[in-house]
Amino acid sequence: MDKVSKIGEVIEASSAEFTAQCYKLHQAPPLGSLVKTQDKLGDIYGVIYNVETHSLEPGRRVVARGENLEAEEEIFKANPQLSRLLTTDFRVLVAGHVEGKSWHHYLPPKPASIHSFVYTCQLEEVRAFTRSLDFLSLIVNARIPVPVDEVIGACLRYASQVHHDHDAFLVKAGKELAFMLSTDVQRLNSLLKRLK
Amino acid sequence: MANQSSEEQTRLGVVVSGSLSRGVEVRLDASVSVEDMAVGRYVAIEGAKHRFFGMITDVSLETIDPSVAITPPDISDPFIAQVITGTTTYGKLRVLPMLTIGGDAASILEGPQPAKTVPAHFSAVKLASQRDVEIVFGAEDEKRFYVGTPLDMETKVCLNIAEFVKRSNGVFGKSGTGKTFLTRLLLVGMLQKNAAVSLVFDMHSEYGWEGKTEKGYKVKGLKQLFPSKVAIFTLDEESSKRRRVSTDVVVRIGYDEIEPEDIDLLRQTLNLTEVSAQTVYQLARELGDRKWLETVLNLNEDDGKQLIARLNIHDSTYRNLRRGLENLRRFSFLVPRARENSVQRILEYLDRGINVILEFGRFDDFTAYILVANLLSRRIHTKYRENAEREMGGEVAPPRPLVITIEEAHRFLNTEISSRTIFGRIAREMRKYNVTLLVIDQRPSGIDGEVMSQLGTKITCLLDDERDIDSVLTGTSGKSELKSVLSKLETKQQALIFGHAVPMPVVIRTREYGTADSYKELGFLEAAELKKKTEKDMEDLWA
Repeated sequence: MDKVSKIGEVIEASSAEFTAQCYKLHQAPPLGSLVKTQDKLGDIYGVIYNVETHSLEPGRRVVARGENLEAEEEIFKANPQLSRLLTTDFRVLVAGHVEGKSWHHYLPPKPASIHSFVYTCQLEEVRAFTRSLDFLSLIVNARIPVPVDEVIGACLRYASQVHHDHDAFLVKAGKELAFMLSTDVQRLNSLLKRLK
Repeated sequence: MANQSSEEQTRLGVVVSGSLSRGVEVRLDASVSVEDMAVGRYVAIEGAKHRFFGMITDVSLETIDPSVAITPPDISDPFIAQVITGTTTYGKLRVLPMLTIGGDAASILEGPQPAKTVPAHFSAVKLASQRDVEIVFGAEDEKRFYVGTPLDMETKVCLNIAEFVKRSNGVFGKSGTGKTFLTRLLLVGMLQKNAAVSLVFDMHSEYGWEGKTEKGYKVKGLKQLFPSKVAIFTLDEESSKRRRVSTDVVVRIGYDEIEPEDIDLLRQTLNLTEVSAQTVYQLARELGDRKWLETVLNLNEDDGKQLIARLNIHDSTYRNLRRGLENLRRFSFLVPRARENSVQRILEYLDRGINVILEFGRFDDFTAYILVANLLSRRIHTKYRENAEREMGGEVAPPRPLVITIEEAHRFLNTEISSRTIFGRIAREMRKYNVTLLVIDQRPSGIDGEVMSQLGTKITCLLDDERDIDSVLTGTSGKSELKSVLSKLETKQQALIFGHAVPMPVVIRTREYGTADSYKELGFLEAAELKKKTEKDMEDLWA
């Protein structure tokens, strides 16, 4: 995780989110992790909320091929074209951006550019970005097709790994969530259980 | 850095709402536990322009949303418990801002001023530091007497004795809450600071020579601590002898000194009817002010009948009166003619600046107490009044302020008789003549409201009767807040002081009294030390 690596390219973008295609099949970063894309104005940071592997051609369904094979890997060996016909995409919720040297935990003025590269983040970057938890409000209120609380849980568990005091970080994040979800105690309760 | 961290430790929270009359509400920080808070504690609030000094009057638990109370979070999980503390659920304090301490030089010179506004929204609230308390209550000096420490603090709370003696004051509290100890301390304070001379009507003989704690330990009385400044008068020398108390004067009161007003006040205790009490005035007119009692007590059957026929007094009234007056015969301190004038003796001592404690010995019932206290005080009052008038004419120096201490004050100062007793008058008007009262009572609701309102400083131990609490706090600002503080006092060694002699209401843990160290602190010298001091004084004198 401590190396910046180019993992994909933006293929769809809006102000609040973007979709990137992975260069390698099944090589998307985990749910909730922080990625960035570079732009002329600065870096845009986001949290991965959905990873999807599907056929490149929308009309062509993937079919089962391993009936007579022993191991799953053999499917790809026997059908080398498969890795060219399938693709892994991941969707990212924009969580903030850097302008010059300052971090902003709100949406950038422009969405990410199409074809801009997407990189994983270094530990130090994750630490710096999650020092303030203001970005949580962007995620808590996002309308996305996957359960948003799962994304928040995954993101905070992931971020807590890079902080020296994991527990203190989680308590701080929990308190932030408690303020945001003050009127929805049920949701807060279930979310807090996902932080451990 | 160490300073900063200690400041962070004492930070409690921020002001979120409130008003001057009800007090401000303070939302506690997550790091502060409500269980560490206590009503009566002092806090300092850093406003934008002023620093406020206030007292915690209530502690409450709040939730950010009512549904939390219906479906409580799973706090068996320490992580969840830690997260919701201070966020979803939090503690709240109600703080009554009482004083403002200005930051500039001028306001430091002026000292703390009563708060006339509240701190702005989200001002930081901290526990008051030792220094804050010192600024507010001052250090012990020639005017201030150390009476105790605030709860959970070691700083001294001082009472301005010079201000204290200017008005009548009250010490209240349920039986066994430490009124006597507090009073003893106050008497020592007045004596030590030379602010006034005291006359104590000591019903249970516990101030003069020695008293007892509830556990049965003996504690030294004023005479033992300050032998040269205290004189013990007694009504019952046999009791004093039995207790091995060296008394200075034995008080005797002549029948001729008892006036009809005295009997009028004893109407209840002597079981007299209204008519028979009135008859006393008639008898005094007929038989002479100085002779009536002796004459009536010595009347035989026939003479009595003749007298009532002449004065048109009903037979049953006469019998009722006679029965009542016969009660006075059991008081051996009442004699037909007193050899020496007790009032004169008391005044002589008081003039010399010697405090007088009058022990009642075995006569510790209300009849004797009311009779003697009232009778002596009336005479003394007359003398002081004359002196004050002479002083106005420029003849003499102003008299030394006198503080008369009375116990069971509701017997003298209840609504029914307070307008007739001398104590009612002293409480109302005698400040002008340098005489004030120190009223000790366990039933303040029995005291006339008019008298209560005139008390300058009130010191009250635990009270739990609603009416008593109400009457003590009448007219005090922040009454309902103080009420909650007052009813939560501990039964021992704790008291709430408010009024003239302190800048703001304060709950104190009363200063220690009864240990060898405490006597020393109060200025008591052991025999050997006393001898050494006297020798040194003599040397200085001749050198």
